[in-house]
Amino acid sequence: MKKTVIDLLLLENKQLNKDNFLLKLQSPVPVSEIFPGQFVNVEIKNAQEIFLRRPFSVLDVDYKNQTISLLVKILGRGSKKLTESQVGNKISTILPLGKSFTLPNKEDKVLLIGGGSGVAPMLFLAKICGLPTENVHILIGARSSSDHVDIEEYKPYGNFYFTTEDGSLGEKGYVTNHSVFTTNLNQFTKVYTCGPDQMMKAIGRIAIKSDLFCEVSLENMMACGFGVCLCCVEDTKAGHKCVCTDGPVFNVNELKW
Amino acid sequence: MVNLGVKIHNLDLKNPVMTASGTCGFGEEIADFIDLSLLGGIVVKGTTLKHREGNAYPRMAETPSGMLNAVGLQNKGVDNFIANIYPRIKDIDTQIVVNVNGSTIEDYVALTERLNELEKIPAIELNISCPNVKEGGMAFGISCPSAEAVVKAVRAVYSKTLIVKLSPNVTNIADIARAVESQGADSVSLINTLLGMAVNAETRKPVLSTITGGLSGPAIKPIALRMVWQVFNAVKIPVIGMGGIMNATDAIEFMIAGASAVQVGTAIFIDPTIPVKIVDELSTYMERHKIQSVNELIGSLQC
Repeated sequence: MKKTVIDLLLLENKQLNKDNFLLKLQSPVPVSEIFPGQFVNVEIKNAQEIFLRRPFSVLDVDYKNQTISLLVKILGRGSKKLTESQVGNKISTILPLGKSFTLPNKEDKVLLIGGGSGVAPMLFLAKICGLPTENVHILIGARSSSDHVDIEEYKPYGNFYFTTEDGSLGEKGYVTNHSVFTTNLNQFTKVYTCGPDQMMKAIGRIAIKSDLFCEVSLENMMACGFGVCLCCVEDTKAGHKCVCTDGPVFNVNELKW
Repeated sequence: MVNLGVKIHNLDLKNPVMTASGTCGFGEEIADFIDLSLLGGIVVKGTTLKHREGNAYPRMAETPSGMLNAVGLQNKGVDNFIANIYPRIKDIDTQIVVNVNGSTIEDYVALTERLNELEKIPAIELNISCPNVKEGGMAFGISCPSAEAVVKAVRAVYSKTLIVKLSPNVTNIADIARAVESQGADSVSLINTLLGMAVNAETRKPVLSTITGGLSGPAIKPIALRMVWQVFNAVKIPVIGMGGIMNATDAIEFMIAGASAVQVGTAIFIDPTIPVKIVDELSTYMERHKIQSVNELIGSLQC
């Protein structure tokens, strides 16, 4: 799919909880096809110390209304500034970037595990994977119930499970402590995850041990997002690979985990 | 209709806007965004004799109005370039320049000899200014005798346009420029990145795996302009200016300071359409100022 630099119109900027915002952006032209795991590189305007764009994975695309939704979690100055954007602002983006998750086959039973803003591509994947609800299981981890984002809209697409570190929602602990993980993990044919590095590493190692197909989405710091700066490299079994163009999605077997 | 053509020794550029090495891959990576044939030239990613994995991650730190990088010349080596990349890019209707790197003079010479055979590579940019490699690179570019030695050796085996990329990490860049001119360089390009550093106050650790890295972006523009002006006044060969160019005004400033052509680098990371926008806006500027040939701008600083 052809990559473009394009100004999108901010249609909606909704605060979901303390640190998470939902930004809905409208394109003046039909949106090119975007798949779960692909990302958008967003320019942060009027911020003196911010020079580079910030990458955000896509939460949803509405081709009919030409909108793209991003889940923006405040992690630093760039994401914070972006969440301060006003409806009606023009936001410069480069899209679509990166490789998506491998879409499951009809006979697959999948486990999607999201943490932090990594929830976005998991919800997107659940929505478009085309599998019956009983074969889509979504596990979302957070520190506390107040960090969880509302997934009501996505309930029709799968079975949801939650963990919190303080036990305030779902099972207490990390995602890898959840019963869906500790019992009967082998019912799944594919595991997908996006979230904090430590979480994905824990999941990835278990998947390797269980000989389970597992794809993870890496978040290495990048300057360009389209494979020219060579800054976001991951040291894979096949040498340095650009997370922005060879990834961000990698099969866990490619990584030195 | 304004005339945008400039000449760098024997190298005819349809306009003075090139893309800088290490910021546009081999051109193909930005072909979705722009028509590459609208560029004056493309300087492809730094190439070495052998495959290089480059430095460990993290290799980048954002800084005020710029960034540090410590990529360390990651590339698949000249054999891969000739076998796999050159056939794909050789017919792009622009001047393709290869950025040449080495750890030893022998490396530079061997690599140059390979590139001399390539019909559609009319020039090389000899990089004696990479701050991110342990051996060679910048070491050649920070003293007159070593700069002279490498240029002399490469000149002996290279018949086409030889551009030498200078390091700003020196006491007097004009001295280095004169030294490489004396050994037969056809042009100098400047500036490469300035050696810099970033520290994480929370962890007390360096941000980059290599501790230090090369600073680029608008933060370095005033230094680059000053150096272009100094070098323009020190040598007779054409100067290619770069360092923080983000728009046509920046490019024009470099030309007024003495640059015959410019390279756009870090700006591409923010917006890969910038080099072509600069070409368009340069025409508009010339029409507005009733300048017929862009050559009238070169070194036109009125002190």
